[in-house]
Amino acid sequence: MRKILIKKGLQAAALFFGITLISFGVVHLAPGSPVSGSEMNPAVSHEAREKLTRLYGLDRPIEAQYFEWLSRMVRFDFGEALSDGEKVSSKILRAAPITLVVNGIALLLAFFVGIPAGVWMAWRAGSKKERLLGTLFLGFYSMPSFWIAMLFMSFFAVRFHLVPLSGLHSLFYEEMPLWRRWLDAASHLVLPILVLTLSGSAAISRYVRSSMRDVLGQGFIRASRARGLSERAVLMNHALRNALLPVITLIGLSVPALLGGSVVLESIFALPGMGRLFFTAVFQRDYPVIMGVLTLGALLTLAGNTLADLAYAYADPRIRREGEEK
Amino acid sequence: MRLKKSSPRVLLAGIFLCLPLACLAASNGARSLPVSEPGDAFVAPAIAEPVNLIPFLASDSASAEVSHFIFNGLLKYDGDLNLVGDLAESWEVLDGGLRIVFHLRKGVRWHDGYLFTARDVVFTYLCLIDPDVPTPYGSAFEKVETVFAPDDYTVEVRYKEPFSPGLSSWTMGIVPEHKLDYEHQNDLAFSKNPIGTGPYVIKRWERGQLIDLKANPFYFEGRPNISRVVLRVLPDPTTVFLELQNENLDTAGLTPLQYNRQIQTDFFRTKYQSLDFTGTQYTYMGYNLRSSLFSDKRVRQALAMAADSNEIVSAVLMGRGRSTTGPFLPESWAYDADVKSFQHDLSAARALLKEAGWEDRDNDGILDRDGQKFSFTVLTNSGNDQRKMTCEILQKQLAAVGIEMKIQAMEWSVLLKEFIHPKRFEAVLLGWNLPMDPDIFDIFHSSRRGPGQFNFVSYANPEVDRLLEEARIEFDQQKRGELYRRVHRLIYEDQPYAFLYTSESLSVLHKRFDGVTAGKLGVGHDFVRWYVPKEKRRYGTLSVDA
Repeated sequence: MRKILIKKGLQAAALFFGITLISFGVVHLAPGSPVSGSEMNPAVSHEAREKLTRLYGLDRPIEAQYFEWLSRMVRFDFGEALSDGEKVSSKILRAAPITLVVNGIALLLAFFVGIPAGVWMAWRAGSKKERLLGTLFLGFYSMPSFWIAMLFMSFFAVRFHLVPLSGLHSLFYEEMPLWRRWLDAASHLVLPILVLTLSGSAAISRYVRSSMRDVLGQGFIRASRARGLSERAVLMNHALRNALLPVITLIGLSVPALLGGSVVLESIFALPGMGRLFFTAVFQRDYPVIMGVLTLGALLTLAGNTLADLAYAYADPRIRREGEEK
Repeated sequence: MRLKKSSPRVLLAGIFLCLPLACLAASNGARSLPVSEPGDAFVAPAIAEPVNLIPFLASDSASAEVSHFIFNGLLKYDGDLNLVGDLAESWEVLDGGLRIVFHLRKGVRWHDGYLFTARDVVFTYLCLIDPDVPTPYGSAFEKVETVFAPDDYTVEVRYKEPFSPGLSSWTMGIVPEHKLDYEHQNDLAFSKNPIGTGPYVIKRWERGQLIDLKANPFYFEGRPNISRVVLRVLPDPTTVFLELQNENLDTAGLTPLQYNRQIQTDFFRTKYQSLDFTGTQYTYMGYNLRSSLFSDKRVRQALAMAADSNEIVSAVLMGRGRSTTGPFLPESWAYDADVKSFQHDLSAARALLKEAGWEDRDNDGILDRDGQKFSFTVLTNSGNDQRKMTCEILQKQLAAVGIEMKIQAMEWSVLLKEFIHPKRFEAVLLGWNLPMDPDIFDIFHSSRRGPGQFNFVSYANPEVDRLLEEARIEFDQQKRGELYRRVHRLIYEDQPYAFLYTSESLSVLHKRFDGVTAGKLGVGHDFVRWYVPKEKRRYGTLSVDA
């Protein structure tokens, strides 16, 4: 187990530096620069743009810029945004909780809905009801989430005024009493979480269903049925345990998604989360912010993968033994 | 104190029966405002969050919009696009424009109570020319030799040479010297919590979501009637439209489709008034005049005859725009409305092309000359559907006279860096967003053909050069206007661009606002006088003097 841990850790570290190098290169070599927003603006002269480039330190060689960035990054200093001079870390700290709450709740709900649904669908595979539910889930999974979001908005928020449309809270909410403020904030999160949960649980149920189907077709299931175990015990104790292995991978892969907000949904619902932060930064070519978000994403992806690997090893004795033999 | 809207009768009772009953009413929660009291809020959308509210650093439109509520310049443009005094009560242009003396308003206070003086103006100027300040606006002040304050309420600007467009650069918001410093250590803190002289003060800035402004009760033009202005960050235009349907926004810009169709409902007709004004930009097709295809003026004129901008306006803008003939804002005093546009006439176009040597000799439907086909590629930036549609219609129109036009859309910075700046293009379809001052020296003067400069089509006409130079030292608007109108005629004759159209800026405004007057470009110029009658107030419970 320790060997696996060390090996995975070293792999992840090497991979991490590779990712930062490549993303730094791509981000800086991509056309455009932080000053290109003011290009073709008659009020901003060519000389003024050159001055800005110099003040931002973008006239230095790219490798020098990378090493400076790297030396600050290992000290957990992501620098300041070019656009407004604010610390990148404080921008991320402001955006991250919003995405974390929305995506976290949605992810939990998606697993809560998706796993039982998948089990049921595998159990009842082929029946009319199962096919209906399967089609429905496939529909939710395939529909672009922005479109579902807009349908829900115009239905629930404009036609019936059940929930607010967009934003994190109502205007002038600071003049409300505390409990109203909480209610207000919660009601603003209903639609985004609903949309995310629908597409998320659709995906998970498909995974669970197919891996459940594989397991249910195996001999030991027939054996346990033959032993006279109840259907419930067969499904829950024997089949599901085995079928959940791919779901562990799925959980691992979902870790970065917790902070990788969806640009589209965050724009539609006007939530100032990570997706919006990254999107705006890309548009402004705000290099330090882009790099900050990318680095965080890389870290989380690696952490998620490593965790999934470890959880795998923990859950499956075969994998564990493989690691020990080497 | 929180105030709720209530009937006028309660108000009357309060006034007549004086204090005891007023207190009683208050305890019942039925409190009210006299009619002259300010109140209510104005809620507007912004597509992106303001980046930096310091006027000389604000380069995005949201920042500029917010900073106008907070800061004042020495001068401003009124509804008719004339320069009038703002922080300056009056100004004199002396020695043929070598000296401009501003006489400042007395008794204007910054939001923190300090007096505004000439020192602040000098400080703002020093920020603008500081090589360590990342301001994009320094070039407007390059011709200034020095700025100094003979006394607390006079500012004198000395120019190296007379420069009339420089006057409009004094609309730049003035910042307080006592809050910022020459090392610019406080810029970040200040830009989050700016202190200005303007009609509104920042009350709250929820990053990424909204900026909440409250009226400045000591504003020098009088306390604004609308107590609060809220700018909500709504990046998605569909969300903006849905929020309008919930009456959560008081205004929003609209697309021609939304304007012509989607707001034609009873709801919108009863709740909102629709506004349309001439826009401040124009769309053109610019030719690379160094290309052998376009160096001949007759060819460019023939293209103008073959192109029908009216068709483009009705198809691309659903009629919400107008075809334009020149390089100025159609509403500007520099624009010559009498310029006769080339008649849309295909046979005349063909004849002119033939005169220039272009004929379809091999009968393939495309004109040729010396074995070369009249075929070119127009470049435009991707992501702008209106421009793409414009290209497609032009393609069809030019095909009718035997010209093959190909379209290539590409990402903005690639377009600029790889094609426009190195002048590796045949034609481009772009737009200019014009400032209020009509000086177009940087776009059409022959000295501005260098790399990265704005005359990338390489236009050079000595007469236009001379007129543009002359207009830069002429301070009399009448005479300057005459010079620009001549420039307009000459440039239209030369056709370095095919001038296509100016789109209208379309919007809706909630009907509860009174006192809204239309200027040439919009309604925002006298916002501080807008008013909402008490019974119509939407945010009646807002605390007014928080």
